[in-house]
This record gives sequence, structure tokens and C-alpha cells, in this order.
Amino acid sequence: MFQAKTKNLKNFSTSAERFEGANLLCPGCAHSIIVREVLNATNDNLILAASTGCLEVCTAVYPHTSWDASWIHIGFENGSSAVAGAEAMYKALKNKGRLKQPDRTPKFVAFGGDGATYDIGFQWISGCFERGHDMMYVCLDNEVYANTGGQRSSSTPIGASATTTPAGRISYGEKQNKKDIMAIMAAHGAPYVAQVAPNKWKDMVAKIQKGFATEGPVFINAMSACTTEWKFAPEDTIAISDLATDSLVFPLYEIIDGTKLNITYRPKNVIPVRDYLGAQGRFKHLFTKQNEYLIDEWQARVDAKWEQLQRREEACL
Amino acid sequence: MAELFELHDIEVWDGNMAASHALRQAQVDVVAAYPITPSTPIVENYANFMANGYVDGEFVMAESEHGAMSCCIGASAAGGRVATATSSQGFALMLETLYSASGMRLPIVLNVVNRAIGAPLNVNGDHSDMYMGRDSGWIQIDCYNPQDAYDMNLVAFRVSEDHDIRLPAMVHQDGFMTSHTAQRVKTLADDVAYKFIGEFKPMNDMLDLDHPVTHGAQTEEDWHFEHKARQHHALMSAVLPKIQEAFDALKALTGRQYNIVESYNMDDADIAIVCMGTSVETAEEVSNELRAQGIKAGVVGIRIFRPFPLEQIADVLKGCKAIAALDRSSPNGTVGALFNELAGALFNTGTHAVLTNYIYGLGGRDLTKSSLHSIYRDLQANAEAGCPTTSLQQFTGLRGPKLSFF
Ligand SMILES: Cc1ncc(C[n+]2csc(CCOP(=O)(O)OP(=O)(O)O)c2C)c(N)n1
Ligand code: SF4
Ligand SMILES: [Mg+2]
Repeated sequence: MFQAKTKNLKNFSTSAERFEGANLLCPGCAHSIIVREVLNATNDNLILAASTGCLEVCTAVYPHTSWDASWIHIGFENGSSAVAGAEAMYKALKNKGRLKQPDRTPKFVAFGGDGATYDIGFQWISGCFERGHDMMYVCLDNEVYANTGGQRSSSTPIGASATTTPAGRISYGEKQNKKDIMAIMAAHGAPYVAQVAPNKWKDMVAKIQKGFATEGPVFINAMSACTTEWKFAPEDTIAISDLATDSLVFPLYEIIDGTKLNITYRPKNVIPVRDYLGAQGRFKHLFTKQNEYLIDEWQARVDAKWEQLQRREEACL
Repeated sequence: MAELFELHDIEVWDGNMAASHALRQAQVDVVAAYPITPSTPIVENYANFMANGYVDGEFVMAESEHGAMSCCIGASAAGGRVATATSSQGFALMLETLYSASGMRLPIVLNVVNRAIGAPLNVNGDHSDMYMGRDSGWIQIDCYNPQDAYDMNLVAFRVSEDHDIRLPAMVHQDGFMTSHTAQRVKTLADDVAYKFIGEFKPMNDMLDLDHPVTHGAQTEEDWHFEHKARQHHALMSAVLPKIQEAFDALKALTGRQYNIVESYNMDDADIAIVCMGTSVETAEEVSNELRAQGIKAGVVGIRIFRPFPLEQIADVLKGCKAIAALDRSSPNGTVGALFNELAGALFNTGTHAVLTNYIYGLGGRDLTKSSLHSIYRDLQANAEAGCPTTSLQQFTGLRGPKLSFF
């Protein structure tokens, strides 16, 4: 039994493992917390894929594997298609009566970083969602190409210093706004699209379970605080994640059937975006005379997005 | 259960239709594909079989060739029979995943309907895509006509899925010349064809839920070399004997004889043309005309391009005095790939044969009989002189001034 009683964090954190602690991820890496929470949200068998990125290179280095569930990696852009192909094979063998364990229905899950999801693998994901494979795609969104040393992605937020958009004497770092992947995936008409964060683990598990109960393609965007590239101490992963969700930089919500939007977490005390930015080295250069205006712009953008999400929720579209 | 498709003993099929029926008879579990000229009809034919209940696997209409092969890889790792088709630009887009499929030892059958690769964009047949795949770790089987396209698909499944091999296989046919030219094709009954291929026997299948497996692990300098060496070892040691076994079984079943290296008029040949695809049959006809004039001209057809049968080729060519390697892909800065293979095969064998290289047929340009006659005339002169009487590399069938190198 993998599925823990989600009432109690202690219980949850000591539940059985299909993702082993023996892996090469940095101490404090949120990827491992998210993956564990996804895997422990179901007792069903799992067929998993990972795109090239930190999760992949740190968990399946021959002759070792951290995965006690079938797992496949092909390349950077095609984790979605790998799982879609496996799902197609499952259907074929089911129809033909050739499944080895015909009484069990495995769940199909692909993991990819934001690089694999927002950028290079987007076409493959879009194809899988349009075709309607019965699968879950989980984006481990650390807003950077962490595995290759911190290059920007289209998820990197304005003002973050990344190695290909470094802050310098005349640059404040990344110039583009983070891509709204949630809206794009919802626009595919996917039956379930949700944004989650590992610090809000009950919310996360509920959404993953909802996703598993949904037939068709499910998209989960999981905020994954990266100690190495965001530049904070490894023991602060959950504290940083709390700042992200409580400042509404990373709002938690779901979109059902491409239209119905529910906000699933409303912080009692909304904290200023400045506090979130100030806790991370990647935004350090914003706290200068020259760049401070960007912090106000950040706050305005977060406020506007929150307002928009609330209007969308009320509209019951 | 799929509907029975009534076949005649002899059908009039083009190469695409022949390949499609082989896929149908193989009862492929997952086809994931993307259309591109000239292999599109394979995908369309398969979709038609699907729409009419003649196949009962899954058909994934992917968003690109890269996506198609990625789905094929996932499906194959999950544990079942998988096939697809592509050409040219689509093949090039797939290339990254072709290395994944072979490195992960997944027995996928890919029909490559050979076509030029742009720029300039061109939809016609040459061997650029086939050559692009030659280091990718796949078995590469070459067809000369629609009958071959049917038979070689059956052979490809049988060999590729063998547990001693577990390597993907490409079945090549020439774009349009084979793929769109209808000819008589002798068929096997569905059950006979299926039995020839055999049941799919899964291995390390992700869908065996009690035995989880990790596919596509990372290996660095500590293990990568050993992994690649094993892959090469499997290609080099197991494939040709299994193909021979399949050819023997096919002969027993149908009377049709295929060989690892196809040779024609070669027993006492002084001069030989070595080529691939539809050119083989044209060259055979020209060699017959020369034989009628008392000239000992022969033809060697490459049937298995990977693994390249160096020893068998050296053996059929051992008595020749002059040999021409015909390459249908732009060599872009060196001698043609087939020339290189032959040079490698013949070197150290003690032969004194003169070896020259002809580049022909790029972008679908016809290889004419008069071109072949002229090549044989060069070979005769080389044989008599005992050394090259022409440049080492010549372009044949090219407009404008003669082009030659080395
Ligand atoms: C086709 C291709 N291009 C580039 C790379 C190099 N590469 C590997 S992982 C990676 C970045 C991964 O970033 P992301 O998806 O965000 O995952 P993370 O490591 O941040 O978890 C890059 C650029 C590759 N492996 N394949
Ligand atoms: S670099 Fe970041 S994402 Fe990668 S393992 Fe370390 S903490 Fe995790
Ligand atoms: Mg990332």
C-alpha cells in the first residue's frame, strides 16, 4: 500500500516508497518531494516517464535506479510521447487479451522540467493532449534549466538572473514574462489542469488523486523550488515554497474541462512579493536603486493575475 | 478479432501497399506514424484497415515524426509489436529517437520509403535518408521491388524481435520507383504470414506490473562504452545468421530466394556493379545485354546494408578485376558511402581489383541503361589496364559539364 492517509504529515512522509531516497538530487530539491507525493497518491501500479533533466539524470544512473515502478526516459522533449506510446500499448494488449495482469489498471504519468514542458517538449505534450491519451503530465517547474547549469527557460520570471540572461551592469536579467502554461493547457480542453506546490501537500494530493480519477489527459504544474539555481539554503525549500504560495506569486488553482476555474488556496495573510524575491539569490540584483522599480511591477503583475483568477472563478464559465 | 482480409495469391500492389499488408498480417499492436511523401500511403492504408476493422491494434496519429517514433519507443518498451513508416525530412526529424530505439534494444520495424533530403526540397527517391541512418544502430534491409517490400517486412519483424537480437529494423524501398509502382506480388495467407513472423514475446516489458523495469538509464564514461559495444556485438554476431535462417524459411514456404548479398551473373564476372534499390534490377538487365556480347559483367545488390556483410561481399567480388560502387546520395565532401564500405571489405583480401565510385540518381533522376553501359565500359577499360582509367569518383546522369574527383 502506497497511498498514505493524507490526514497526517508524519504518516504521509513515512509511507511506502516507489521512489527511493537513494538518488542524486541536491539535498532540499523539491523535485523529489513532488515525485514522492505524486507516486504516493495512488495504490495503483504506475508506468512512468521522465524527460531529460535533473530528475532523470539523478534517479537512473546505470547500474542503479531509484524507481520501483516501470520507468522510461528517451530524451529531453518526449517524455509525454513515451508515456502516450505505453498507454496505447496498454489499450492494444487489453483489447487483444494479452495483458499479464488484466485485473489491474495502471496509471500513466510523465514528468518533465519546465524546459521539457514550456519549451522544447511543448509540441509533443500538445499532441498527446489533443489526442486525449489517458495520462498525467507533471511539470516540475523550477523556472530554469537546472540540470545544465541554470539557463533561462520560457518559465523563468522577469528579473531572475539565469546563466543565459545574467543580471549585469546594464541588465536586470530575464526580460520576458513567464509563459502562462496553465491557460495554454486548459485551452487544449484537457479535463483537468491544476497548479500545485509541495508545501501545500494536502491540496496537492487531493489534486493528484482527482487527476488520477479523471479519464483523459491531465496536466499538473508543480512549483519546484530549486536550492541551487534559486540560491537559497537547502533546508529552506518549504519556507521558500510557503513564500511563493502566500505571496500569490504561485497561486494554487485548478481548471476543469478547460473552463471551470477553482482557486484552491487563499492565504490568510498575503505577504508582499518583495519578501519572496528577497529570499532568493537569483533576485538579489533587484534590490538596488536602479532595479527596485521592477519589484513594484512584480507586485502589480501578481495582484492583477490574482484578480483575474478570482474573476474567472466567479464567472463560472 | 480483426476482420479477415481476402487476398488473392497474386495481388497487384505498389511497394507501399505491400508494406501495409505485411503490417496488417503481422498484427502490429501499436502503429504511431506521421505522413510524408512518398511513405504517406502506408500510413493511409493502415488507417483504412483500421477504419474497416481489418486490424485491431492501436493507431496513434502523432503530431510529428519525432513524436511518432517517441510513441513507438514507449509502446515497444511497454511490451508489444510496433511499426511505423517515414521518409526523408521525417526521417531526419526522427533521427535523435532512432538512436534511442536501438540503444534501448527495442524491436521496432520502420519502413523507410527512400527520398532525397532538402535543401533543395525534393520529394523523389534517392538514398540520402537511408544513408543518414547507417550509424544509428538499426538493422537496414533493402528492397528492390514491391514483392521484396512485402517479404522483407515479414523478415524484419521476425529477426528484429528475436530475443538474441532485440534491435530495431528499417525496411527500405525506393520512393516512387518501388513505393508507387504497382507490380505483381505473391502473397501469403494471413495465418501463414503471421506464423512465419511468430508471436510477439515481450521482454523487460513495462506493462509487466509485477516486474518494474527502468528503460533509458544514464551511462557515462564508466558504462557507455560497454553498452555500445554490446549493441554492436549483437548487430555483428547475431543478425546475419538469423536473417539467413529467415531467408531459408521463407524459401521453404514460398520458393522465393533472398540472399544476404544478392549476386547476378557473378560466377565468372570480370567486372561488377554494386548498387542498391531499384538500380539493381536495371543493372541486371544491362549485364545480360553485355553477357550476350561476351562481356563478363555482373551485378551485386546490397540486400542488408546494416550490419554490412563485409565478408560475404568480399567473397562474391573476389574474382573481379574492376568494380564500380554506385552511390545514390550526395557524398558531400568525400567518396560515396558504398565505395567506402567496399574499400573496407576488399582491403587486406589480396584483391587487385580496381574500385571506382559513381554518384547517380540524386533527387529521383533516372538511372538509364545507357549510363550503366557507360559505367561498364569504364570498368572494362580499368580491368584491361589494371588501374583506374578514369577519376575515382564520377557523377553520372548529371546535366552540364562532366563532374569527377580524385
Ligand atoms: C535535444 C536536447 N537539447 C538540449 C539538451 C540539453 N539539456 C538536457 S536537460 C536540459 C535542461 C532541463 O531543464 P528542465 O526541463 O527545466 O529540467 P530541470 O533540470 O530544471 O529539472 C537541457 C538544456 C538535451 N538533452 N537534448
Ligand atoms: S539543481 Fe535544483 S532541480 Fe536540480 S537537483 Fe538540484 S535542487 Fe533539484
Ligand atoms: Mg527546470
